[in-house]
Amino acid sequence: MMNLVRGLIDAFEERTGLLKIMGDLARHPVPPDTGWWYVFGSATVVAFMIQVVTGIALSTSYISSSGDAYQALQFITTQALMGNLLRGMHYFGASAMVLLVGIHMTQVFVMGCYKYPREFNWVTGVVLLFLTLAMGFTGQLLRWDQNAVWSIVVGAEQAGRMPIVGPMLAHFLLAGKTLGGATLSRFFAFHVFFIPALIFAVVGIHLYLVMHDGISEPPVAGEPVDPATYHEKYDQLIEKRGVPFWPDAAWRDVVFCVAVVIAIVALAAIFGPPKLDNPPNPSLLARDPAPDWYLLWYFALLALIPHKMTTPVILLAPLVGIIVLLVVPIVSNTGERHPRNRPWAVGAVIVIVMMIATLWIEAIREPWSPDFAAQPLSAAIVGVSGGPIANGAKLFHEKGCEFCHQISGNGGHRGPDLSYVGNRLTKDDLTIRIMNGGYNMPAYAGNLSPQDLEDLVIFLGSRRHPEAAAGAAASGGKESASGPLPISALVARSVRHR
Amino acid sequence: MTNDTENRAPSGEAPLSPERRAFVARLSLGLMGLAAALVAVPVVGFIIGPLIRKFPDVWRPVGKAEDFSVGKTVRVSFRDPSPLAWAGVTAETAAWLRRDGSGNFTAFAINCTHLGCPVRWLPDANLFMCPCHGGVYYSDGRVAGGPPPRPLFQYPVRINGGMVEIRTSAVPIG
Repeated sequence: MMNLVRGLIDAFEERTGLLKIMGDLARHPVPPDTGWWYVFGSATVVAFMIQVVTGIALSTSYISSSGDAYQALQFITTQALMGNLLRGMHYFGASAMVLLVGIHMTQVFVMGCYKYPREFNWVTGVVLLFLTLAMGFTGQLLRWDQNAVWSIVVGAEQAGRMPIVGPMLAHFLLAGKTLGGATLSRFFAFHVFFIPALIFAVVGIHLYLVMHDGISEPPVAGEPVDPATYHEKYDQLIEKRGVPFWPDAAWRDVVFCVAVVIAIVALAAIFGPPKLDNPPNPSLLARDPAPDWYLLWYFALLALIPHKMTTPVILLAPLVGIIVLLVVPIVSNTGERHPRNRPWAVGAVIVIVMMIATLWIEAIREPWSPDFAAQPLSAAIVGVSGGPIANGAKLFHEKGCEFCHQISGNGGHRGPDLSYVGNRLTKDDLTIRIMNGGYNMPAYAGNLSPQDLEDLVIFLGSRRHPEAAAGAAASGGKESASGPLPISALVARSVRHR
Repeated sequence: MTNDTENRAPSGEAPLSPERRAFVARLSLGLMGLAAALVAVPVVGFIIGPLIRKFPDVWRPVGKAEDFSVGKTVRVSFRDPSPLAWAGVTAETAAWLRRDGSGNFTAFAINCTHLGCPVRWLPDANLFMCPCHGGVYYSDGRVAGGPPPRPLFQYPVRINGGMVEIRTSAVPIG
């Protein structure tokens, strides 16, 4: 029996030579001491393979019809055997892929692996980064719920900012003048055929170049890259101290990749896939659309930049990002590789990581978003249950002030915290401010009756620091009782201001 | 080269002259280009088809005029013109419709002019607010605060036989 199998294998090998090629590839000599820093590329490929396998499985039940996909997702999530787990794996696989691409890229940059002769492989890596993000965005849309349809609208609006071709591009993304039947099937085709085909092709080139140029040797401080001597030194290193990739170096890749697979399955089993939102009905408006975590920081950036910068940032930021990444190996393809001697490179990575992390934290807090869920202030916070202060507090909620301003821990973060605004602003200041509005704040002139305005101002004036003015509420109440403010005069003045 | 061709040409085919070689190379490339174009035209045309697809102006009734109270701003929804059969709920669009004192109707697009998120009407505050990045609009659609670069878009409205009708329009692109 064994002989028969061996005979078959030998006959196959004689006619194809595949085993030898694969064996040679697996055992090709690589630099020694590559260590644990070199596992992230393999892990990215493994995460991608998980996406391919789970994606193909999901596609057997997915229906790429705008009207039916939501029900198909519900079926996959709640009824199909292990559908919930599979969706979770596809989600956490995507997350892992984005994360690993980022780590792999950072490691390659920090260790100077992109320098001569591997510049072009950096370029293919940059292409793969953007293809991965494109997969993330289109994949999020296939989760065809309310958040998905609004994400498409937001994407189309951004494309629409382009001069001249903008509206056309926006309608191309929507697959029509409005969102509708044609929209989803196109994103489906992009997500499962077009972009994956590109990824397969570019990964092929990426891996071919790894073989062609060899795995970069771990950097040594004080040994700069010189194209004139590099190949000679590298070949000598491989010849004298090279080790076979399999299994000497590959075992670490295997250990880490298996850990990644276990983590993806475990996270999917524990947390499950992202919850399905409401149905994809564009006429349902109670939705605050947001991208998945890997693009959330960019959404925060668009909220935080000065308003006039929106269009330039939307158009130029991705372009600048791509150009900077592509230019990296052109401007610094020689010299030191070790991070110890490249403080600017390390500094740049730290700055970028901190910037993205900060934007992420802000994006989770969403301080710019009105807090529609803010509840009316309790009597305990207001201090009284009747009279102008209580009415002012009621107006503070009703008129939407509380959606953007916080008082004693309640309300939104868009505008300044008004817990102690009575210490900072006089009643005249408050009145003018409310009537005229300001940067980011609506003007309430014409939107509040004189009586309501007065009550609101009295309420805000009563928001004082307990130590700065004990019994502020009482004094505020007294003032209003002793005689109304000259509100009508202030209103007249503020209206003239506008 | 010469030896090579002599060795393998028992049929006596003469090696190509340099000019002829250049010609057949160009011919082959040209033919491949032609074949690619033949395939590409319908493929690309099909993909950009939705851009060319006709988007007819259709007036959609959203309710009886008398049913809308004066001064109120309400959400109305209507279907896109000629939606595809499998569009399902995605063919729905909404607008914020207001009837003012003089009996006129105004229909605001629901899309924030910043990035297109759905704005909400806050009746007590008399403002539209966007949940995404905090854009705020006055009741007449003017920008009251936040990042929106321009007022809310409006849809054409008319009264036809006692019914309020909104003309379907493309998603407003800023």
